[in-house]
Amino acid sequence: RLIIRQDYDEVSGYVASYVKERINQFAPTPDHPFVLGCPTGSSPIGTYRKLVEYYKRGELSFQNVVTFNMDEYVGLPRDHPESYHSFMWNNVFKHVDIKPENVHILNGNAPDLDEECRKFEQDIADAGGIELFMGGIGPDGHIAFNEPGSSLTSRTRVKTLAYETIIANARFFEGDITKVPKLALTVGVGTVMDAREVCVLITGAHKALALAKCIEEGVNHMWTVSAIQMHPKGLVVCDEDATLELHVKTVKYFKSIEHVQNILVGRENVGLQGGVKAVKHNPHLNGDDTTESVLSE
Amino acid sequence: MSSTEIKPSAPPRFTFPLYKHYSLKNQEVAYADGAPSLSSPIKTRFPPNVFPILPSPTSPGSPATPTTSFGLSRQLPDPHAKIYKVVNCRLLQDHKIVENSYLWFQNGRIIKPEDLFFTSYREPDEIIDAKGLLIAPGFIDLQINGAFGVDFTTDAESGKSDEELVKDIEKVSRGLLKYGCTSYLPTVVSSKTGVYHKALPLLRPRPGSVLAGAEILGAHIEGPFIAEGKKGAHNPNVLSAAPRGITDLDARYGPELAFKKPDARGDIERAVRLITIAPELEGLLEAVPELVSRGITVSIGHSEARIADAEAAVAKGTTFITHLFNAMQAFHHRDPGIIGVLGSTHLPIPISHKHHPSPSITSPSPTKPDPRPFYGLICDGVHCHPNSVKIAYYSHPRGAILVTDALSSMGLPPGTYSLAGRTIIVDDKLGAYIEGTTTLAGSTITIDACVRNFVRFTGCSLVEAIDAATIHPAKLLGIEKRKGALRIGADADLVFLDDSQGPENIVVSRVFVRGEEVDLKAC
Repeated sequence: RLIIRQDYDEVSGYVASYVKERINQFAPTPDHPFVLGCPTGSSPIGTYRKLVEYYKRGELSFQNVVTFNMDEYVGLPRDHPESYHSFMWNNVFKHVDIKPENVHILNGNAPDLDEECRKFEQDIADAGGIELFMGGIGPDGHIAFNEPGSSLTSRTRVKTLAYETIIANARFFEGDITKVPKLALTVGVGTVMDAREVCVLITGAHKALALAKCIEEGVNHMWTVSAIQMHPKGLVVCDEDATLELHVKTVKYFKSIEHVQNILVGRENVGLQGGVKAVKHNPHLNGDDTTESVLSE
Repeated sequence: MSSTEIKPSAPPRFTFPLYKHYSLKNQEVAYADGAPSLSSPIKTRFPPNVFPILPSPTSPGSPATPTTSFGLSRQLPDPHAKIYKVVNCRLLQDHKIVENSYLWFQNGRIIKPEDLFFTSYREPDEIIDAKGLLIAPGFIDLQINGAFGVDFTTDAESGKSDEELVKDIEKVSRGLLKYGCTSYLPTVVSSKTGVYHKALPLLRPRPGSVLAGAEILGAHIEGPFIAEGKKGAHNPNVLSAAPRGITDLDARYGPELAFKKPDARGDIERAVRLITIAPELEGLLEAVPELVSRGITVSIGHSEARIADAEAAVAKGTTFITHLFNAMQAFHHRDPGIIGVLGSTHLPIPISHKHHPSPSITSPSPTKPDPRPFYGLICDGVHCHPNSVKIAYYSHPRGAILVTDALSSMGLPPGTYSLAGRTIIVDDKLGAYIEGTTTLAGSTITIDACVRNFVRFTGCSLVEAIDAATIHPAKLLGIEKRKGALRIGADADLVFLDDSQGPENIVVSRVFVRGEEVDLKAC
């Protein structure tokens, strides 16, 4: 599914309300929590802000939500303002009622990084697998820190960051590339695709080429998000700017699906994850003879 | 291509034309088997302890080793004490009002919440809903002679027992809380030796609490080494100069002035914290460095000093001016006197920021501390004309400190009261005068009213006015790390202000002293 919205705010609003509905319909309990995969970076900030607003209005509770983060830098102190622990703390955890023991973020300062990765995979399995994995995309089509060339069946591991990624991240480290960590722990493409549902946020014109390569071309380890093509429940939410490299036909097609669902099938008949329960009253289907037609006298 | 198995060998050669600057010459490849090695030294501006070993999450109760990051030495939070989180608030932090933020405190101290969350796996035990109010640090008042019918000096002269004196001190301390004042310096005015020997030992620093009241930071001894011509309501019979310098001071005040080594926390177990002197009197200028070396803040006040004397005193180490404009020469354009210190350009610039105002646009240097002293302002509209307050403030904004110079009549209705043996009349406008004269005898204003008036007189922002009652006095005394600011490690002295009617009409809604909420109705 590809959902196209007008701009960054609408995309954030859509994803936030989608996550909220998913969690609420799932009705998590302490024994059966909702396991959410969380991204970092500029794409999900709007979504997190809206989720926090839902919490403050009482429409969403994080009491029984377990989170697993995608990645974390190696060697950066946990309290560094640019570490992903700080990012998640400032954007989500300090505002909501999530339980500290339900939060899992890779520890970039662990004495044994391999063991840390293996433990993370084990924790995901113990939690019952990830229900919904949110993610962003890099300009080179990477998901998490799975740089181009990563195996599409990879698991959580240490990755060396690509030069392009280091340059892109230097803006958070005062533009000094020597200050950017060169290694990171990241979930693998396989780990993300093992989730029962994957939702990728793609906004901005600089991501347009990546989106095009991932949606319209084949599954390719150079554009690791393309693995979503093989996922039974993949969802991509993008804004108009990100569709700039797509074929007009593709954009029209996906917009038309939404149009058909809203107008012809009926919003009330379409489930949250796209499943259709029933169809709107349609005289031709039901064989209804009482409909007035031009031909009847 | 998976990166899980790289055999140690010669580094691969890259031939990307785009990445001409990227060279592998001085780097090692990161190996994924065994101990990780970094491919280049990660230089951050933080201390070299880049791999803090965090306690394992399976033993949250284990004694935590303090980790240092960003150079802060701190203890990891106590895993057992109650944790409070204040939500739905606006915080005054770093000279700004911050929204969408929260405050955590435990054991009477403001704590860093990330440690709680990520390391101790603790959630807050109690959530305090501030309902949108502004949270400021508790106010600090450096000059209070007494309140609620109690006068510290008169009490000590009157022959009351120590227990009764302590009760009176507690009465004042508790009563001050409802005005948002969470720490103060009880002030003893000019007296004979006996009074100081009696009163000062009872005014040693002691922490604040709901039971004991506002924190006592020590005593402010105003006089008797002050000028006869500017004595105000002080008793002329006890004033003197100090021909034998510091010896005279030690003789008059007693052991509570003496040098004492600071304890492990840096506190000094001794009463005298701030002393007001007239530096033009014999022997006093020379005594200033000795007093400063003992950790006592020296202030110019009740003095006839000319500008040259005043600047000489600042050069020797005085860092405060007691109630600017009052009990000193009036400003004259050819000899501005003590007030003229605010216009000094060529005072020696101090090396350390401790005890000195932060630089402002009127400071000689934009980065080094301001060499001019702090100055107290009594903003009751009676001691100074509002315009005078404004002129002083904008000439030296980072040095303004709001004080009440409160009298025993503060908190009491108009009538007749006593201050150090003199009869004082409080009129309907709450101005206090010596009976039969027009000489002011101190004020009946409260510190929160001072903040309101300050905004009204100067037109400054609420943040600036609150700074003048919190962080500036804390800086003067050198206690800004634990008082006067909402920062991690500071005491949880909080005042919740309702500023919905504007900064000139702030109302103190809730007060916390060392993390305990004060019942304002019971005060």
